[in-house]
Amino acid sequence: MSDLNTAMIEKYRSSFLKEVEANVEEGEWVKMCMQCGVCSGSCPLGKHWDHPPQEIFMMIRANKRDEVLSTDSMWMCTSCYNCIARCPRGLPITHIMHGLAVYSKRLGLTQKKQPTAEFSQIFWDNLMKKGRVNELKLGLSMYFKDGFGQGIKNAMANQKLGQNMMKAKRMNAMEFFGGHSVKDLSGFQKMVKKAQEIEEGNLKDAK
Amino acid sequence: MADEKKFAGYVCTGCGLGERLDAGQLETTATRDGKMQSCKQHEMLCSAEGVQMIKDDIANDDVTHVMIAACSRRAKVEAFNFTDVALTRANLREGVIWVRPDTDENTETTQEMADDYIRMACAELKSMTKPSASGEQSLNKNILVVGGGITGMTAAIEAAAAGYPVHLVEKSGKLGGAIGSYYKVIPTRSPYDAPAENPVPGMTEAIEAADNITVHLNSTVAKTDGAPGRFSVEVATESGTSETLTIGAIVQASGFKPYDANQLPEFAYDKSADVVTNHELEALAVAANGGPIKRPSDGKEVQSVCFIQNAGQCSDKEGHLTYFAGVTDLVSIKQAMYFKELNGDCDTTILFDNLRTPGAGGEDFYRAGQQSMVTFSKGIASEVVPGDSLTVKFEDKILNEETEMACDLVVLATGMEPNSGPDPYAQLMVDEAEDEEEKAKAQAALENAPPSILNLQYRQGTDLPHLKNGFTDSHFICFPYETRRTGIYSAGPVRRPMDAQQARDDATGAALKAIQAAENAGLGRAAHPRSGDLSFPSFRKEGCTQCKRCTVECPFGAINEDEEGYPMYNESRCRRCGTCMGACPVRVISFENYSVETVNQQIKNCEIPEEWDEKPRILVMACENDAYPALDQAAQAGVEINPWARVIPVRCLGSVSLSWVTDALNSGYDGIVMMGCRRDDDYQCHFVRGSAMAAERMSKVGDTLDSLNLEPERVVLHEVAITDVERAPQLINDMAETVEKIGLSPFKF
Repeated sequence: MSDLNTAMIEKYRSSFLKEVEANVEEGEWVKMCMQCGVCSGSCPLGKHWDHPPQEIFMMIRANKRDEVLSTDSMWMCTSCYNCIARCPRGLPITHIMHGLAVYSKRLGLTQKKQPTAEFSQIFWDNLMKKGRVNELKLGLSMYFKDGFGQGIKNAMANQKLGQNMMKAKRMNAMEFFGGHSVKDLSGFQKMVKKAQEIEEGNLKDAK
Repeated sequence: MADEKKFAGYVCTGCGLGERLDAGQLETTATRDGKMQSCKQHEMLCSAEGVQMIKDDIANDDVTHVMIAACSRRAKVEAFNFTDVALTRANLREGVIWVRPDTDENTETTQEMADDYIRMACAELKSMTKPSASGEQSLNKNILVVGGGITGMTAAIEAAAAGYPVHLVEKSGKLGGAIGSYYKVIPTRSPYDAPAENPVPGMTEAIEAADNITVHLNSTVAKTDGAPGRFSVEVATESGTSETLTIGAIVQASGFKPYDANQLPEFAYDKSADVVTNHELEALAVAANGGPIKRPSDGKEVQSVCFIQNAGQCSDKEGHLTYFAGVTDLVSIKQAMYFKELNGDCDTTILFDNLRTPGAGGEDFYRAGQQSMVTFSKGIASEVVPGDSLTVKFEDKILNEETEMACDLVVLATGMEPNSGPDPYAQLMVDEAEDEEEKAKAQAALENAPPSILNLQYRQGTDLPHLKNGFTDSHFICFPYETRRTGIYSAGPVRRPMDAQQARDDATGAALKAIQAAENAGLGRAAHPRSGDLSFPSFRKEGCTQCKRCTVECPFGAINEDEEGYPMYNESRCRRCGTCMGACPVRVISFENYSVETVNQQIKNCEIPEEWDEKPRILVMACENDAYPALDQAAQAGVEINPWARVIPVRCLGSVSLSWVTDALNSGYDGIVMMGCRRDDDYQCHFVRGSAMAAERMSKVGDTLDSLNLEPERVVLHEVAITDVERAPQLINDMAETVEKIGLSPFKF
């Protein structure tokens, strides 16, 4: 467990709700849930979740910190926004789910091999290199994330698709050798770094 | 005006009546069969000109009785408002032409219907006299308010502000009642985001400052005699002195009793001082005096509190209240916010199953509670384990698990019980119980009856009748303030559970109704629903057998008995429903314009065709409150009614005399349909018990049919609502089908 996690446990011992309110994006909305269950009923993937949104909100209030932060339920959200559109209390549920996912990731509590979490990390790393997504490399990273052998198998399985995309000029093999970047790459990287510092700083203050 | 009676008929030919009907023949029917001394036609009788014609005849020709053959008696009432004469209406528009198709083959039966209605109206008119007040009435503007809580105080302030002197009687030594000792109240104004200041101190000042409010503290009502406009009320003080007041009308605001939480052993109320009811928490909040609320056992500042909603209410368990107090969720939100206000970072949890926050600001107040970090958990508490820290065991209904929480203080959101007097019909409930269990329950209720509040000297008991659970009975839909004792209005939580603001609104309404009752009594007019009616019942003493049915069955306890057991009518207590008239086995009770005779004459004067004409006759007796308006609306909508039907409006099904049924069958009617309001527990009867009494009396009609050797299907009784626009005509048409199936009555002579 990360130091940050230990620090947060120490600080918000009595109330996970307050911790969420302070550290999770849109977390201040959690207390306003009135437990009607419309979000859970509206979620197209709800039945695949261990804990649909209504339950997650209740678990937060019931101080079930570990269970909330280590569940992969909020990672299952596909951002369809059905819940936001329907919530009678106007809670930004999709955003809260993403906020919780980010928070759990930051504390190092996300389940290992959680596919959405893995993809998100690969996507982020890819994006950071050139300031824009290199689709060829993103695809390759996904293929080879579970090892070289599995990567070759994945690539062979999708061979036809790859060829078609190249024919249709949807993918360029030359991108493999670097690919192009945003105009001011170092400026972009500085900007992101600064943003990360601010966010870290906020959490440190919370410490 | 001469004593001589002069009968005049008027036939309207407007609204298509002239085209559909032979007006000349109607006129002949009115003068020849109906024995009207004159009969005039007018092309639009309700016009200024038409009305003037009638007025002129009344003024110049000494007309005393007027028969108007036009639209329904419920239409054009303002135009045809002739107060100086006896008046009847033959319903040719809604009753005839609008419910019959305009085709050649129907012309004959349509005309027959119209002729019959004219004959019936004329016959009715012959046995009517103009209603006028008895002369026993007098105007007394004094209003008595019983109970000095927030409800009674509001009623007193409102009535006094309208210029009516008030006597406010309070049992305890100070005004304010339950709310008076509360810390704060549920907010009543936008933005509804925090508990509001207690209004009672300001109201106490207002009462002290008002010069037409007399406050009687440490006092009770020892005796109430008389009737609206002339109540004689004996107010007794604790010290034994008493004073007699004359009163016009009464508001009973006797409030509520908090539920006894000792009946909840599972929540350790009897074992731990730190388990309190919502009512008791108010005292803790007041005692905190602006500082943190401390728990009773050791004075520790409360750092965590748990509210258990629906404690002992909305439950069928033994000793619990079956109903919800309506406001206890709002009360808990209010009290949870006390802790947020006074106890700093206090963990405040409300365990609810169904959170109900009624009223304009209810939802906003709930949100405000959430904003202030009150934790709302959907869960049902099963047990409180006492100890230094209390443990609340509960089932989390969202996470589906049995769990528990620790806290310093537990607040039970318990319900409200009405503080009413003994139910006057408790003994009747024992006598009429259908099984032993019910009887035992009724007997227990009778034995544990609370002390009387009003001490009414009425034949039917000392206090206001109950509906259920001890709340005072009133017609919930149409006139919620009218209790079953005219001129006495219950307000506040004795009528139904409510919060302070609702009680204040309720009290304002009751004060206005009391003023109205006093004014009505001064003029000899009836209260709702026959408001303004001047007719009142009288009886023929030489025919009376002192059977007491009328005094027992009057839904409003209006009739007392003299020493010999004869009925004593109290005009201003009477609601003019005629239930006494329907009850009387010797038919001696009558109103000036509504009696056994007026209806009997209508029944007899409808022409019964010979058997070989194959034209049956169906008598419909429709309650004028719901069934008759439903038929009128059906007519407006063009719903067809069978041409054999003849509809007679009655004041209430309770006024229907069994003799009407017997006489109708004897004179050859083939079927009888009676339509009244819904009865019993969820009654809609405008006279509360009328419809139920009718059903009970008519259950014995089978014997009559048996003795006449007639099929039981010929007489039916239906519950009809005002919205039954399609159904009401259908019920009549169904009877026509029944008659066709079983054949005509053999009693056609």
